[in-house]
Amino acid sequence: MIEIEHLTKRYGAHTAVSDLSFQVEQGQIYGFLGPNGAGKSTTMNIMTGCLSATEGHVRIEGHDIFDEPDKAKRLMGYLPEQPPLYLNETPEEYLRFVGEAKGLRGDALARQMDGIIEQTGIGAMAHRRISTLSKGYKQRVGVAQALLGSPKVIILDEPTVGLDPIQIIEIRDLIKELGRTHTVIFSSHILSEVQAICDQIIMIAKGKLAAFDTPENLERRLLAPNELVLTAETDEEALAGLLAGMEFISAAQMERTGEGRLTAHIRTDRTDIYEASRAVFFAFAQRGIPLLELTPKKANLEDIFLELADDGDAQPETAPDAGHDTESGVEEE
Amino acid sequence: MSAVLRHELKSYFHSLTAYVFGAFLLLAVGLGCLRYNLRAAVSNFEFALADFCVVLAIIVPILTMRVLAEERRQRTDQLLYSLPITTTQVVAGKYLALLAVYLVPLCVVAAYPLIFARYGDVYLPTAYGAILAFFLMGAALIALGMFLSSLTESQGFAAGIGISAILLNYFSVSLSEYVSSTAFGALVTICVLILALGALIRHLTKNENMALGAGIALLALTGAAYYLAPAKFEGLLPRVMSRLSLFERFYTIVNGVFDMTAVVYYLTVIIFFLFLSVQSMEKRRYN
Repeated sequence: MIEIEHLTKRYGAHTAVSDLSFQVEQGQIYGFLGPNGAGKSTTMNIMTGCLSATEGHVRIEGHDIFDEPDKAKRLMGYLPEQPPLYLNETPEEYLRFVGEAKGLRGDALARQMDGIIEQTGIGAMAHRRISTLSKGYKQRVGVAQALLGSPKVIILDEPTVGLDPIQIIEIRDLIKELGRTHTVIFSSHILSEVQAICDQIIMIAKGKLAAFDTPENLERRLLAPNELVLTAETDEEALAGLLAGMEFISAAQMERTGEGRLTAHIRTDRTDIYEASRAVFFAFAQRGIPLLELTPKKANLEDIFLELADDGDAQPETAPDAGHDTESGVEEE
Repeated sequence: MSAVLRHELKSYFHSLTAYVFGAFLLLAVGLGCLRYNLRAAVSNFEFALADFCVVLAIIVPILTMRVLAEERRQRTDQLLYSLPITTTQVVAGKYLALLAVYLVPLCVVAAYPLIFARYGDVYLPTAYGAILAFFLMGAALIALGMFLSSLTESQGFAAGIGISAILLNYFSVSLSEYVSSTAFGALVTICVLILALGALIRHLTKNENMALGAGIALLALTGAAYYLAPAKFEGLLPRVMSRLSLFERFYTIVNGVFDMTAVVYYLTVIIFFLFLSVQSMEKRRYN
């Protein structure tokens, strides 16, 4: 569907995107994840023809965005980070212009506009000036604009930024709904959001591909810090003695978190974290020490994210195959 | 292109822009008519047209200041880049819409000679020739204004530079009397211009070698030309300055000579600045 090959964008000495390659298949929702300044917007701008690439290719169904921009652009709908709205027009006038520019006329245009206005839920606002609309509605008008011309791919750059929690949920639902009929690529730096609605996660850091996998796989791959957090009602001596008696614990840290309460972070070499928690539970029960909390610590994408952001700093930018090395995922610690 | 044209026309005619522009243009022409045709009872309509034509230096930049700058400020240029239309189509559509805004009041003006003809002897060919030339001159100024608007995202800046550029052009004939007419003066000026061009190329392309190469090549050419034919440089500066004046060519037509070179010159200026506008928009895509 979309092929991105060795995409590189340099601004003078600064490399915003470096040798990025990945492929997007039809009918899935892709989350494009990365810290601010990782090159998400730059990549999306290049994919949609708003920006030129220094090197590399972007092909949409075989049409190169630089050589056949007209054909390639017709297959895509794009909502940039800041919705490109003409503020003193109504959504209706605005969508009419975009539709006409995408080559729609007459009945076909009217039909599509009606459908999209209904789908994005802007019907009540269709005749108000865009400048008077709330941010959530402006975002919806932006999405509506991207949907015109029945593109196969919808590309949304940070569609939930600056919205209130209710609007965020509404936009997410809209994205999920779009995912049923379109290929959707949307960028975000909010991990839970990407985890919740994406089929695939494309993670980039410092302009390089850091990971490309399903949210479940990424999590599984990173569910291995093998750490348990426990809180018990006891004193340091007793807890230290108890923990020392458990041979599967490789490291432990204790801290006092309340009157007669201690919290310990323990690491284990067991591969099955739940087996370790069971053993801990019985050990405490035998001694009659009340266990107030016992949590197997899962790695979440947040950790991956922070790790990647750090890695990006450490890696020299010239490493030619850095993108491919980590393509299959993120190494375990 | 038709989508852009329609969209722009709607925005001009649904807001005050087109009407305010038209009102000021009609006011200027009306004052000219009042002075020449009504008060002084001169039957030549073209003089009335020429009388206040400097008003274009104010109203054209104000009309054109937002055309591309505002797209950039509101980030709607991103939409234009991502739509399946070319930059050339965008620029052409916007330019045609501006021309339409300019043409509407001129259609009203076109009725004046006919009205005057009912009360006196008006020589219509020169009147309509002058209206055509007035249209072409305005069209050239609009193209210039559009280019200036493409350079910035500040409307005020676009308007300010536009007004000064057009005023400079308006006064260039009188100013040309004050510039050095010696061959050496021309040489120095050309060298300064070449250096400025080199700096501009460097700024636009961020390519030092290209800027340096172009600058040195042009300086060498100029030096060679000066060495071989210094006589050609004599009085070159004032000559070029008066030649560049868009207004001076309009006055030639007003004075009854329908000079085809003026028409060609106006068309060249239009194409030149539209081309630059497209390049300026495209350049943003290439950073």
